[in-house]
Amino acid sequence: MTDNAIDVHGLVKRYGRRTVVDHVDMTLAPGRICGFLGPNGSGKTTTLRLICGLLTPDEGTGTVLGQDLITGHDIIKRQTGYMTQKFGLYEDLSIRENLEFVGRIYGLDRLHTRVDAALDRLGLATRQTQLAGALSGGWKQRLSLAACVLHEPRLLLLDEPTAGVDPKARRAFWDEIHALAATGITVLVSTHYMDEAERCHEIAYIAYGKVMARGTSDEVIATANLAAWRATGPGADRLAPMLTNAPGVTAAAAFGATLHVCGPDPAKVEAAIAALHPNPEIVWERAEPTLEDVFIHLMSLSTDNAGDG
Amino acid sequence: MEFLSRLTAIIRKEALQLGRDRLTFAMMFVMPIMQLLMFGYAINNDPKALPTAVISADDSRLTRGIVAALATSGYFALTHAASSEAEANALLQRGEVQFVITLPSDFTRRLVRGETAQIAIEADATDPTTTAGALGAVTEAINEALARDLTGPLSTHNARPGPVDIVIHRRYNPENITRINIVPGLLGVILTVTTVIMTALAVTRERERGTMENLLAMPIRPLEIMIGKISPYILVGAVQVVVVLVTAKLLFNVPILGSLWLLALATLLFITGNLAIGFTFSTIAQNQLQAMQMSFFYMMPSILLSGFAFPFLGMPAWAQFIGNLLPTTHFLRVVRGLMLKGAGFSDIATELVSLAALLLAVSAIALSRYKATLD
Repeated sequence: MTDNAIDVHGLVKRYGRRTVVDHVDMTLAPGRICGFLGPNGSGKTTTLRLICGLLTPDEGTGTVLGQDLITGHDIIKRQTGYMTQKFGLYEDLSIRENLEFVGRIYGLDRLHTRVDAALDRLGLATRQTQLAGALSGGWKQRLSLAACVLHEPRLLLLDEPTAGVDPKARRAFWDEIHALAATGITVLVSTHYMDEAERCHEIAYIAYGKVMARGTSDEVIATANLAAWRATGPGADRLAPMLTNAPGVTAAAAFGATLHVCGPDPAKVEAAIAALHPNPEIVWERAEPTLEDVFIHLMSLSTDNAGDG
Repeated sequence: MEFLSRLTAIIRKEALQLGRDRLTFAMMFVMPIMQLLMFGYAINNDPKALPTAVISADDSRLTRGIVAALATSGYFALTHAASSEAEANALLQRGEVQFVITLPSDFTRRLVRGETAQIAIEADATDPTTTAGALGAVTEAINEALARDLTGPLSTHNARPGPVDIVIHRRYNPENITRINIVPGLLGVILTVTTVIMTALAVTRERERGTMENLLAMPIRPLEIMIGKISPYILVGAVQVVVVLVTAKLLFNVPILGSLWLLALATLLFITGNLAIGFTFSTIAQNQLQAMQMSFFYMMPSILLSGFAFPFLGMPAWAQFIGNLLPTTHFLRVVRGLMLKGAGFSDIATELVSLAALLLAVSAIALSRYKATLD
């Protein structure tokens, strides 16, 4: 028994000969928001499903909310809110009917009051009789979140909750997540957005079923130990294709008119820059490596096990 | 030729998709084969060897000859020897025999005296198709027997027209109206067609739309999901039953002689069984199209081998065996028994037990297939 909300070790899930989740360890203290990052098909969804009991691990042990992962998933389910990647509520039920349905499944008391409160918090009280299918993507996600927290879970597992949602709705969504974490709820949220990763207390980076990096965003950047340069000047952004495949360069990407280049070995990156046609108008300076640099670097380190899904 | 290249692009794409939808592909081959087998081998509109009870109050060479001749015609299989009218009636009521042949005690005496002797044939005429061939063969068979046995001094009787008066009594459907039989049968078929599809789609729809994952992440058990999914459709089925019965009564004047409570009980067992079958399909089907295909696949034998469209007794043993595994078959017997024959509980008890057993078996399969996880 630990005090961690999530404390699982050596989780393995195989589909046929393909190992989708490969000895994943995950610990998360109560009230923390952990961003779960990784390329498509890296095993994020599968890991979330293992933790909430939707899938049975082939190997691995651990506890979630103090309950054994394997034998306790009935109790875990009652105290966990899981938000699926695809909209999981009923498009042909109204907003209110959806919330009431979820509330009844959890056997909640004072259902009417709780649903009213949830609708008020969402700002959907006036639209409660509309069908959920009529909501825009951003509203659907907020409704899903409201349904997830209706039973006051201690753990939230969110699977790419903001995919395809506009920036304003994303910000509103994240404000809600932080408000929930402030009340002591633990959140594990998968995402592809770097700005969202930076809003998390800590992040876990998974690629091809293995956890590659873990810690706060600063820790992850520091551990990767990358060196980065920024080039400014006319035509700097056009240099990207010439540097991308140069030895020792992890990534060379244009950001507007500037170019961002990074690699694990500073000498090799400098050599690659020096090998370019000298152009006095382009100014090179050292830059801070970003989280994105780290992830692209980590992705290039890991080997593809032909996974998608 | 842009037209051709676009056309081939579409054709290639369709062929690739079709090749990957294995169930549809299999259906395209299995369905015609299944239909050919059923229509070709199982269906017989001139059923032979129909179970028959004989009440012979007069055991003589002549009566034995007549009974043997009827058996030789191939239509009558002498399965029961009844000692009384009541016993024979019960057999007819339960559907254990199709005919009761009664030879009165004075049969031989009257024949020998040159008087007209009577032979009574009672037929369960709920399905006129089943009995038509047999009843048509009776006169010839009896005349042949008489020609063979009325020899020597009795041969003169042969020349006389009609030494035997054949009294045919068509029970339960005296006017030989086909719809009297078809309408109760339709009740079973309509319920089969609609209820199986309803649950088959209801569950696959959740999987297709992605709501199943959300549902499974919540603390709900498979049994709760199954009963919850099935229950509302039981009500839908009940409404259908009322509509069909009222229409049958008002428009077609089909009688309902038996107990409505028994009918309700049988219908409940039947509808629930069908819904459980649909639920089982939904645990196998990947999408709504496949669920529809499987339901259709199930409906075929339910219509063809249940005794709805064609006489059950005319089918070969293997087809009857399959038919007996279908709830529709048993439900049809119950409904026809209750509506047309005024059957009581004891008459239909075995069919009710069969329905209940099938319901339990299917529910067990459905539950064992339905998983609470996505594994």
